[in-house]
Amino acid sequence: MCRVSHPVIQVSALSKRFGDTLAVDAIDFAVPPGATAALLGGNGAGKTTTLSMLLGLLLPTAGQIRIFDEDMLRHRYRVLPRMNFSSPYVDLPHRLTVRQNLTVYGRLYGIARLGERIAELAEDLQIAEFLHKPTGKLSAGQKTRVALAKALLNVPDLLLLDEPTASLDPDTGDWVRSYLERYQRGSGATILLASHNMGEVERLCTEVMMMRRGRIVDRGSPRALIERYGRDTLEEVFLDIARSGELRPQAAAQ
Amino acid sequence: MSDGGGFSAGRVGAMLLRYLYLLRSSWPRALELVYWPAISMVLWGFTSKFLMTNSSYVARAGGVLLAAVMLWDVLFRGQLGVSMSFLEELWSRNLGHLFVTPLRPYEWMIALLTMSVIRVAIGVLPAMLLAIPLYHYSIFSLGLPLLAFFTLLLVMGWALGLLIDALLLRHGLGAESLAWLAVFLLAPASAVYYPVATLPRWLQDLALVLPSAHVFEGMRAVMFDHVFRLDHFIAAALLDIVYLAIGAVVFLDAFRRARRRGALLQTGE
Repeated sequence: MCRVSHPVIQVSALSKRFGDTLAVDAIDFAVPPGATAALLGGNGAGKTTTLSMLLGLLLPTAGQIRIFDEDMLRHRYRVLPRMNFSSPYVDLPHRLTVRQNLTVYGRLYGIARLGERIAELAEDLQIAEFLHKPTGKLSAGQKTRVALAKALLNVPDLLLLDEPTASLDPDTGDWVRSYLERYQRGSGATILLASHNMGEVERLCTEVMMMRRGRIVDRGSPRALIERYGRDTLEEVFLDIARSGELRPQAAAQ
Repeated sequence: MSDGGGFSAGRVGAMLLRYLYLLRSSWPRALELVYWPAISMVLWGFTSKFLMTNSSYVARAGGVLLAAVMLWDVLFRGQLGVSMSFLEELWSRNLGHLFVTPLRPYEWMIALLTMSVIRVAIGVLPAMLLAIPLYHYSIFSLGLPLLAFFTLLLVMGWALGLLIDALLLRHGLGAESLAWLAVFLLAPASAVYYPVATLPRWLQDLALVLPSAHVFEGMRAVMFDHVFRLDHFIAAALLDIVYLAIGAVVFLDAFRRARRRGALLQTGE
């Protein structure tokens, strides 16, 4: 018998309109199990809006989202326990200590043996020494690691990351990327990240969806995109796409 | 791990824990809960003492003003308890984290209401106890009716708090001051310190649809005439049920609309 492996994320004709602005314009994409994919694009391209819809924080104007083969719009509570999210733009409550924040979120996810799980993450992410500190008093790098700890509390099968290394120094950024690689290899989780850090995307991702003005204008592996555009780096591809108003024939054909 | 099924007391407990951690982390906040009810009780205590010998109305039942001010605080703190815990999430821009967990909006709502009970208990009980040695007046002398008055005003506070939270979800922190001001709009028609009959005719009609006006009329009936007015109790209870249902529906609808607008990620300072 042939076992069919459904995509972890399946998005069809997804749109989001805010008044006169079409933030996401009828996009389609799928992310297979165990893949690390990226939504790449400049400011206002629609990356964060797309992630918000995938998370159920934002209702689409039209289209379908299936995650783990469940209709996200109708059955998101079946899916949410299996996924998590991290963004440097959405801080955890500042006045709570790191341990208190992790305890509250661990309980929201119904984690068994929560104390052990927090201790395990504290060791893995090197946050043990400031578990007792108010989250608002941490440095940007420490906050990122704590946000990751929160995002990994429930050992998610799907991890959505919004610019996971934004505002981090190169050393901390590299540490976070290495950690994500290890987590992905160890857990087999699927990761979708929104980023405009090309180096990060080249290193982590097997599939890239280039967004511009709410549309996916091209897609492929980082290597395939670089070759298709005749460039040396993904950053050059990004600039080509960002500065051109036209779709490439390959993208239009897909 | 949760399967994302139905209602979870664990998730409600997690939200309560979050608000209790906040209270514990800041003694000025905890002190503030006790401060205003105690101060207003002290002020009205002296006013009552003075009026006892200068007003036949107050002389008929010593403590009528003190009981009124303490019960008014149950309503005000009940509403504020719902709104303040809600505001904590807006101030910390935490909605984007909370609602990617399996937490349901109605579980959050239950946590907000429960937290309101805790905040009222912390704020109002010390003032009630302090009145005993200071003014030789115990509100507990009202007996069982006190429990009815307390509950009816608390539930009205919940309903009002949920409506204010819905407005905050719609308009963001620009409407923050509503949390402190809105209840006072109802104070004149609630007839806290005077009988409803004192109000102009048109305001008396408005008072009839406020559970608080029925409670304060009922309180005066107990204190002046030693009668528990069942008609006022039933009217207040029915109105409470209607308003709480409206508050819950409006709150949940505001949440759904916030999801449509993307306000869960953006609402904040």
